[in-house]
Amino acid sequence: MQIDIMEMIRVFAVGGGICVIGQLLLDFTNLNAPRILVLFVAVGGILTALGLYQPLVDFAGSGATVPLPGFGYALVRGVLEETAASGWAGVLTGGIKNTAAGITAAVVFGYLVALIFDPKSKR
Amino acid sequence: MKYNQYADGFSPAPTCLKNCLLAFLTGGAICETGHLIRAAVMSAGADAETAGMWTTVALICTAQLITGLGWYNTLGRIGGAGAAVPITGFANSVVSPALEYKKEGIILGTGAKIFSLSGPVLAVGFSVSAAAGILYKLLGLL
Amino acid sequence: MSGNKTCRRIGRRTFEYISRPSVAGAGSVAGEMEGQGPQAEWFDVVLNDDRMGQATWEKAESKMLGTAVEYAMKDAGVSRRDVDAILCGDLLNQLMASSFMARDLAVPFLGVYGACSTMTESMLLGGALVDGGYCRTVITGASSHFSTAERQFRMPLEHGNQRALSAQWTATAAGALVISSEQDSHMRLTHATIGRIVDPGIMDSSCMGAAMAPAAFHTIQNHLRDLGRKPLDYDLILTGDLGSIGRRILVDFSERGSKLPHLSEVYDDCGAMMYDVSRQDVHAGGSGCGCSGSIIAGRICKEMREGKIRRAMLVSTGALMSTISTQQGESIPGIAHAVTVEYV
Repeated sequence: MQIDIMEMIRVFAVGGGICVIGQLLLDFTNLNAPRILVLFVAVGGILTALGLYQPLVDFAGSGATVPLPGFGYALVRGVLEETAASGWAGVLTGGIKNTAAGITAAVVFGYLVALIFDPKSKR
Repeated sequence: MKYNQYADGFSPAPTCLKNCLLAFLTGGAICETGHLIRAAVMSAGADAETAGMWTTVALICTAQLITGLGWYNTLGRIGGAGAAVPITGFANSVVSPALEYKKEGIILGTGAKIFSLSGPVLAVGFSVSAAAGILYKLLGLL
Repeated sequence: MSGNKTCRRIGRRTFEYISRPSVAGAGSVAGEMEGQGPQAEWFDVVLNDDRMGQATWEKAESKMLGTAVEYAMKDAGVSRRDVDAILCGDLLNQLMASSFMARDLAVPFLGVYGACSTMTESMLLGGALVDGGYCRTVITGASSHFSTAERQFRMPLEHGNQRALSAQWTATAAGALVISSEQDSHMRLTHATIGRIVDPGIMDSSCMGAAMAPAAFHTIQNHLRDLGRKPLDYDLILTGDLGSIGRRILVDFSERGSKLPHLSEVYDDCGAMMYDVSRQDVHAGGSGCGCSGSIIAGRICKEMREGKIRRAMLVSTGALMSTISTQQGESIPGIAHAVTVEYV
């Protein structure tokens, strides 16, 4: 396993930076966390369609793919690749195909966790 | 809205610098974890695509387990957007309503509420991606 | 009872309890966090477990309210059979905690919804039933529970979100009073004012104190004006859950231009009293029906029966929004009801 310090710094800086944008929205607008998630996925998807997100992914790797705009990126990239390969059907199949593992894991494992654990009182 | 401005004068200003720093550190650390998982999977011989997939799955499952143990809300309280914006925040928003509505049954409680916060993300995400595909096709880019 | 032609109205908004119904007993229960705050010594019961050994949070809230009622009855020396009616409420849809508590108690029940103003709303109504001779003994009360309110109004408990600095913490607490026509208690209801809704147009549901402060001001001002009194005629004017921010707004607004001069000398707020903000991460203080409920039934009743407080105006404050109204972009309507109690 190769450790590239510069790459690690880029990942941290870009990933943390995207979160700071989210924090500024939380603190200075009346957007709450669920709305920000939706906004970030949409913005990530739109930037990808405009060809502006891929350079960020090339630059920062996980720093750009782990935050929610990266989910929008994965969806749009999936659609575009699949549409290029198999035509109109790709519009409907590409997005979920490219993100299937994450979505399925989130729902199935989430369901499982919900069945096992109980919510706790906050303090 | 004169009263609004008057009342705003009594609200404490958000501790923005501290919040942003914590968001940066939390979010950066989560992305870094993803990066290291990905590097580890790739060094085990997986290609970039597969490694990316396992990274996402690992982050999601870990975040959900932490949520089940009752720790993710603490991470969210401290890290703010740093805990909400990474894919782990999405995983938390899938599992937390599912947990919360367990007592209302596993079908209409957990099963239905599992999408109450994550549903909008999926709805908008899918729509944007489909729209992108349609536009590319119509504009003859593909 | 004096004749039915006796007019009890005073001024425009206030009425008098001619027979001076007495607060014969009080019971208060507080949750774990509330039990670590500065009010702890006044509660009858402090829970070690917010779940109270129940399967659901709603059942726990119901049981908590039932416990407060039990303590109030024991304090007053009355049994279930002596109670003509119970008037109480909570924050849950269809008053779930109160209804299921009343089901188990098997006493005639009137559900009361006034959001966090429920405590004085139920006192005001219960006092009127007793003063009018319709009931001899009524129980009034209110409860709230952090974990039931949070899932109904905000986010799931395990969701990793950050609360705004102006947000308040829904108190896990319940309070109940026995109001009786028997004249053997020192604490009596004398006057009350039914509040009207004042909506200052606040949209942000994390700014409840700011949303409710104008309603509290309006009710306090009307109550004082109708009775020809000034704030300093009271030992205590106590609002429900304006919290630290709403409290400051009310004081500033009242004293600016001497609308209610010297209010701050006798004024406090249950939401601002409930927690130790320096130690407990609750931001702008407490909220919820149980916040004023437990402090009125706890500290205020005890201090008044000892004669430490001779005259107090209790003004629980409520924000009458719903989850639907918030999503539909409606502003937050505030309300406050005032009841004056005296040491006799």
